[in-house]
This record gives sequence, C-alpha cells and structure tokens, in this order.
Amino acid sequence: MSVSLDPPLATVRQSAVTARTVFTAGLVVVLALVPVYALATGETFGVALFTRTVILAIGAVSLNLIMGYGGMVSFGHAAYLGIGGYAVGILAKEGIGSGFVQWPAAVAASALYALVVGALSLRTRGVYFIMITLAFAQMIYYVAIGLDRYGGDDGLTIYKRSDFAGLIDLNNKIVFYYLCFAILLASIFVIARQVNSRFGLALRGTRSNERRMRAIGFPTFRYKLVAFVISGALCGLAGALLANHTSFISPAIMHWTRSGDLIVMVVLGGLGSLFGPVIGAVIFLLLQEGLSRVTEYPDLILGPILLLVAIYVHGGIGGLLEGRRRG
Amino acid sequence: MADALLQTERLTRRFGGVTAADAVALTVAPKEVHAIIGPNGAGKTTLIGLLSGEIVPQEGSIRFDDTEIADLPVHRRSQLGLARSFQITSLFRDFTVLDNVALAVQAHRGHSFRFWRDARHEQALRAPALSALERVGLHDRAATRVDRLSHGEQRQLEIAMALASGPRLLLLDEPMAGMGPDESARMVHLLRTLKGSVTILLIEHDMEAVFALADRLSVLVYGRIIASGAPEAIRSDPAVRQAYLGEKDGGARGRQDG
Repeated sequence: MSVSLDPPLATVRQSAVTARTVFTAGLVVVLALVPVYALATGETFGVALFTRTVILAIGAVSLNLIMGYGGMVSFGHAAYLGIGGYAVGILAKEGIGSGFVQWPAAVAASALYALVVGALSLRTRGVYFIMITLAFAQMIYYVAIGLDRYGGDDGLTIYKRSDFAGLIDLNNKIVFYYLCFAILLASIFVIARQVNSRFGLALRGTRSNERRMRAIGFPTFRYKLVAFVISGALCGLAGALLANHTSFISPAIMHWTRSGDLIVMVVLGGLGSLFGPVIGAVIFLLLQEGLSRVTEYPDLILGPILLLVAIYVHGGIGGLLEGRRRG
Repeated sequence: MADALLQTERLTRRFGGVTAADAVALTVAPKEVHAIIGPNGAGKTTLIGLLSGEIVPQEGSIRFDDTEIADLPVHRRSQLGLARSFQITSLFRDFTVLDNVALAVQAHRGHSFRFWRDARHEQALRAPALSALERVGLHDRAATRVDRLSHGEQRQLEIAMALASGPRLLLLDEPMAGMGPDESARMVHLLRTLKGSVTILLIEHDMEAVFALADRLSVLVYGRIIASGAPEAIRSDPAVRQAYLGEKDGGARGRQDG
C-alpha cells in the first residue's frame, strides 16, 4: 500500500481555502465592521446586539475547549456567566468600581468554582457528568436568588461600568465592542495554540480514548480538570463583560436554558473547530433575534432548524460549508 | 526468585461467586517471553486487568522489579515501565499513526502541562515515535489516519504504542486476535525480533504462535495456575493435558504441535 497523502486530520484544519475558511474570514470582517456600519447609518441597535453576540461567543468558545476538544459536555456553563457577572455586580455595589479588581475577581471566582465542580464531576462520565454539572449550576442559580442584598430574584443594577483608570472607557459603546471582539480573537488564538500543544494532545487523546491514555501512562484526570478550570475562567470573563454590557445582573443569566443555548451554539458551529462556536453564536442569536420580530414563538421555528442540523449535518454549519465532512 | 522482573503472590479476585483469579503465583524472569495459556473463561483477561491495574485485587501482591504495584493506578504502572496492548484494538482513531505513537512517547517525557509549543513539531516526541514504527514495520504509514489502517496494521500499531515508551515489560493481550494466517505469521515474526530486548508476557489463543515464541508457559485454568515451565515440559504434563489440551479446540491444535 502506498503512503496516504491525507493530511493528519488532528492538525487543526486551516490550510485549504474551503468555503468554510472564506465564510469564517468573512464573518470576522463583518464583526470587525459592525461599529463602522453603525456609525455610518446611525443604527446603533446593531452594536448592542453584536456586542451581546460576541460576548456569548466567548462563552461558547470556552465551552468548546472542554466539549469539542475534551469530550466533556458541561450542561452548567451559564453558571460561569453568572459568577463572573455577579463578581462585577457585587463589587460595584460594595463600592469597588475598578476593573482591575472586578475582572480578576470574576475570573478567579469562576476558576475556583470550576475547580470544585470539576474535581467532583470529572470522576463520572456521560449522562452523569452532564447531570452533575447541571445540578451545580442550578445550585448557584438558587444561591443567586437568595442574595437579598443583591436584588435576589429581581437582580441588581450596575450603575457604573468597570473603571480602568482612564486606560479604556467602557462607557463608549464602540470601544466596549472592540474590547469584547479583541478578547474573543485573543481567546481563539490562545486556544489554537493550546489544542496543538502537549496539553492539547493529552486532552484530545483523552476524548478519543481515555482508557488507552491511562494505559500509556497519562494521569488523565488532572488534564481534564485543568482544561475544565481554564474553560470556566474564560467563561467567567465573558460573564464580567456581559454584566458590563447590560449594566444589570440577575439569576436569569444562569438559567439552565442558557447553558443549553451555549451547547447549541457549539454544536451548531461544529464541535472541536476553532471558529465553530463563533459561527454558531452568530447564527443562533441572529436567528433568535430575527425570528422574534416576525413571530411570537421563535423557538417553534428555531427548534426544528437545530434538530435538522444536529441530525443531518455532521460538524455543524461549519461542516456543511466544508461539504459535510466525510464519515 | 529474587531476580524476577514480575512476581505475583496469592493474587485473588472474585466476581460474585466466580473466582476469576485464585491465588495466582506467577513469576516472569527478565528478558524471557512468558506465555499464559488457558481455555476460555480461565481468567486470562482478569489477570491482564490485575497486572495492568484496571482491576483491583482483593488479596495478594504484585511485585514489579522490587516495587509493590498492586495498589498503583494504571498510569503509574505505565510510568514504571509496564506497557500493554489490548485484545480489542484500542487506538486514537481520529489521529494519525504517528500521532498515536508520539502520544505514547509524550506520556513518558515529563508532564504535559505545556500549553504553547506545537507538540507535533517536537523532535523529542516524533523521533522516538518514528523509530518505534520502524521496529514494527509501519513507518511508511506514519501520516495515515488510524481508521484507514487494515486490521493487521492496527494490531502492529498496538505493539508500536506499547514499545514507544521503552517499557521493561510488555503485556500483550492476544496480539493475534482476529488475524488471518498471513497476518499472524507476520506478527509472530515481529514478536520474535523483540525477543531478548524486552520482557514479554504473552496471552494468546493461537497455540502455534505460543509454542513458536515462548521460553516458558504458565497454564491458567479456573483462575489457578496449574503448571509453569518450559514448553516441552508443559506439553507432556499430564494435568495440563487433561485440563486444557484435552479440550476440543485448543486440544486438537495442541496435539498437532506435540
């Protein structure tokens, strides 16, 4: 038999100019130009919608690290949005307005929570793992409802956006949008390096065949746990951004359906591809927004669309653009 | 035997009412090829599980080169130099052949908390992986995805992955499983080239292969080792003939050999 010329699939695919590459590049350009369009037309609503989209895309990117590359389906990822958001909100209410304190606190609290949840849940797998991550997220959800001092069920208004000592002004919507966009691109870049590093290969090997990984000498648990914590920390940062964006935080931010939305974004865009979650987030949120303008029940249309993608398109929308990946 | 590489004592594991490993006393000397034979249900798979760490014994000890390993998890045993292959091929199917072996090398080159450098460009991982592939004759398939390999090639890759970490003991769980006669012969040839450079504990159904390769045999029946010794001695052992070689399938082929 001759040497196969197939490129190693496991190398993150970026080489050939496929429909997917073109689409991804186009999407990045569009996202980069959103404020320009808004300034030119005076239509500012778009900026708010896309800021939200970019922030949730960061959350989806973080989930993709553990779900797409690590095979861990966390059904409680919205909890990190909440923890990051509440870190900002609570500190703001207590008079600590500095972003240099708020944001690291958001990241650290999320990482700590991920460490605890991961240490307990990563010993299980499959549906048990899904249920445990969900259970923890529900717990945090009800804890937030119980925070009377911070608005309880009604939530908490954040009167001032995080203050970065004049370095960057988050009150400027355009500046804030580009900050979120830059954080999104930076996280994708960092994850791109990660998934091809030793750590990334250990993680992906574990997803592929954990039993074999242990047999060849990998203590798989600790690699999964570290990935879980990185993912949680990044999603916590997204939570801090979201709280700044809406100037409001309430338990609804971590309702379990929001965790479901994040999973849908990742699956829709294509599991385990770098820009897939961004594609998924944009399509999901724009569809949701668009449909809610024409119908009172957007989910009635959105649901079947998602179902069709899940059933028929291997690799999500990204896979569809690639010509529906073989296999 | 003080100079044994692997020694088990009273190794016992029960599943409900079945004693799958019954006070197993097994000694594997350095550099030998030691084969375990036994009829179906004799406890061979349990024994492999006990030695590799996937099954925890209820009693007994496992000494690997003076280290007690009965309580160590799977990955620690691998770190000590105990490598195994799987009866049912167990590979990273969506990775290339070289990636599979390089991952086995990586496991033994320090921790993997390295987040930045592209591991696929690390010569320290690729070079030993390639040489392991050469040893099993798979180097020209290095860039192929595993799920495109033939069954025989996947079995070869199993061996390459076990070899890649430079193990001191190879635990081979039916390396000829599911192979045709040609592929089997090639595997016997491959294992023969390893003889003398690494200690091998071989579990195998194919009697022809066993008698062609093994320096010593142990016969496992109902979780007990009923005989241990050189192949000729085992073949003429009356207890073995009655308990094992007298049986239908294994018996016919066993007698053919003898």
